[in-house]
Amino acid sequence: MRQRLEPNRRAFLKTCAAGAMLVGGTHGLRAFLTAREKTKVVFARDLQLRGAGSSLDSGRLLKMLDRAMQALYATDSPLEAWKKVAKPGEVVGLKVNGLAGRGISTSVLLVEVVCARLQDAGIPQKDIVIWDRLNADLERSGFRVATYQDHVRCFGNETLGYEEDLAIYGSVGSCLAKTLTQVCDAVINLPVLKDHGIAGVTMALKNMFGAIHNPNKYHLNVGDPYVADANMLPPIRQKVRLHICDATTAQYEGGPSYMPQWTWPCNSLLVSRDPVALDFVGWQMLEQKRAEKGMKSLRALGRAPDYIATAADANHRLGTNDPSQIEKAEV
Amino acid sequence: MSKSSNARKGEASFSSDGTRRGQGANDALPRDSVLVSLSRLEASEHDRRTFLKLASVPCLTACVGSCMAGWPSLAQGAGSTAAEDSRFIVEAQFYEKLPFKKIRCKLCPRECVIDDRERGYCGVRENRGGSYYTLVHSRVCAAHIDPIEKKPLFHFSPGSLAFSVATAGCNVNCKFCQNWDISQSRPEQVRNTYLPPKDLASVARQNHCPAIAYTYSEPVVFYEYMRDAAEAGHALGIKSVVVSGGFIQQEPLKKLCQSVDAIKVDLKAFSEKYYKEVVNGELKPVLEAIVTMRKLGMWAELVYLVVPTLNDSEAEFRALAQWIKSNLGAEVPLHFSRFYPQYLLNNLPPTPMETLERAKAIADAEGLYYVYLGNTPGNAAENTYCPKCRRIVVERIGFTVKEMHLRKGKCEYCQQPIAGVWQ
Repeated sequence: MRQRLEPNRRAFLKTCAAGAMLVGGTHGLRAFLTAREKTKVVFARDLQLRGAGSSLDSGRLLKMLDRAMQALYATDSPLEAWKKVAKPGEVVGLKVNGLAGRGISTSVLLVEVVCARLQDAGIPQKDIVIWDRLNADLERSGFRVATYQDHVRCFGNETLGYEEDLAIYGSVGSCLAKTLTQVCDAVINLPVLKDHGIAGVTMALKNMFGAIHNPNKYHLNVGDPYVADANMLPPIRQKVRLHICDATTAQYEGGPSYMPQWTWPCNSLLVSRDPVALDFVGWQMLEQKRAEKGMKSLRALGRAPDYIATAADANHRLGTNDPSQIEKAEV
Repeated sequence: MSKSSNARKGEASFSSDGTRRGQGANDALPRDSVLVSLSRLEASEHDRRTFLKLASVPCLTACVGSCMAGWPSLAQGAGSTAAEDSRFIVEAQFYEKLPFKKIRCKLCPRECVIDDRERGYCGVRENRGGSYYTLVHSRVCAAHIDPIEKKPLFHFSPGSLAFSVATAGCNVNCKFCQNWDISQSRPEQVRNTYLPPKDLASVARQNHCPAIAYTYSEPVVFYEYMRDAAEAGHALGIKSVVVSGGFIQQEPLKKLCQSVDAIKVDLKAFSEKYYKEVVNGELKPVLEAIVTMRKLGMWAELVYLVVPTLNDSEAEFRALAQWIKSNLGAEVPLHFSRFYPQYLLNNLPPTPMETLERAKAIADAEGLYYVYLGNTPGNAAENTYCPKCRRIVVERIGFTVKEMHLRKGKCEYCQQPIAGVWQ
């Protein structure tokens, strides 16, 4: 009897899920999934990522990314996983973080392997756009600004400018980068794992400040609720599909500027579809490292990133910060 | 993307087309203000200076013309080159160097601590390698000729014109800002023209403006330019007036008061709660700044934008008036200004006239001599009345002075001195 009942129960749940999707749209789906299954944050690590030297090994980085993607999407091949991220015909934006220049910015090598896998999945070069706030930031972090129509493009927000209309959610009113609103169909968020002297930490959620024209206005109160509110702006909420946090090198103090004395070769990637869960996991990693180094916690210093909890609350539902709901898969 | 003109807290939406309702509001960027008259810029000498002046004219004209057409536009704000940028970059006058190339800004009470390559809250000052720079010196994004009454300054050379300029940036973020498209932007996101202090003073004089007004955004954030321009103006007999939120530290304020001739302060409310939630600033340092201005003999007028449900209680009006009388003096003009839905406060109605009249009645009853209503064209409370004989000494219609009955700063009917700068 039990074996016969189980499929029925499953069918019932599926029916409910479909109903929830129809009624509640993406919010309903997100709420349903949150209730039904844990959100996954893949922690991929390769202690040999740098070999004997200090530079990253591109082959090992690609393999690490593949393991992470397969684990996240529960597929047998990286290609299958990437096909779930974007479809041919879509323009995919890669939002990197180049603020601190070489040292603690999204690594060019990581972006290259992501581009390679996107192309494997059928996204042509011309439909891949690497972008950040400023051309200068991109150049200082090792990217070459380029706007060729038939190649991978790479440029800062100033190239296309910002929308004239104000996008508003809660405490945030901003003009969004046209790269996001008019160029990209999908966005892969590629932040770095690092400390932030004002906002506590900067990872997936905070990296999207690079899509608004006035981020300087939203660092008050350790970024709470501004970081969460900015991520609720429809183009950000709707287009960002995947977060790949570059933790090949991480920084636990002194950010967002590059402070080599406080970085360590973490040789890792954090990959998730849930920016809140990813940020929560990353924050704990930074706290752990701070504790190892005998430093005070961010909470004790008055800069705990409570915007992560806000992003998870009932008004935002951008993901979960509940450890019991986060599955940290190590690969 | 969907659009909505009524963005309520908690709802994602986009604003309406960005037109400024309540045009004609106090120091909103004008759409149809007086054009800079090119004919007045005729040079008498055909020398290098003349050439430079003439060369600057198209820039200014473009700027003004664009403003009238709704410019500046963020979308059109693309890039200055590095070479162009260097003209605008001057080391900031008030900051403190910290370890690890950080700095602490000492210009406004916010005291931003800023990492290398980062900017402060204002968006126009940047840490470059452990030194702090303003990015907006001579970087003008708006220039217009306005009546001085539009600032509003009602007791300072009434009927005169002010050559009014702004740069991008602001050190607060008022939810009702009518010029948010420049005040909440970075300089590279708006169109700018290069207008160094001497050229600004020269253009003001050639356009018969006895004063330069630093306005529209927040002059505190272009402090160095403002002081340099004020000094250049004084060399040509041009005065300087400042339209500010007064959110500035004491030391830079005291130095500023040595350079300018009048300050209009937007006292946005009389509660810290409002300053925190609506302005993103603090009331206390603003009040301290106003007291300092008065102590230093600066002519100051106050504007209080009355926002329905947020700062319009009788208790607040009364407390405000009492504080002004006891800390600044009854002769300091107070302008209660009408709110129109703007920016992030599109969900509120315009201020009811009854509320404004109630505010004025309370301030009058508390003993303030000069209480005005603003953004209410044609209202009798736009006039200046002699506090002794109650007759009209300056009659206004909107921003236009219709009649003046003052002689050497005194009421021509009863000889009562009328506080102000009348020459």
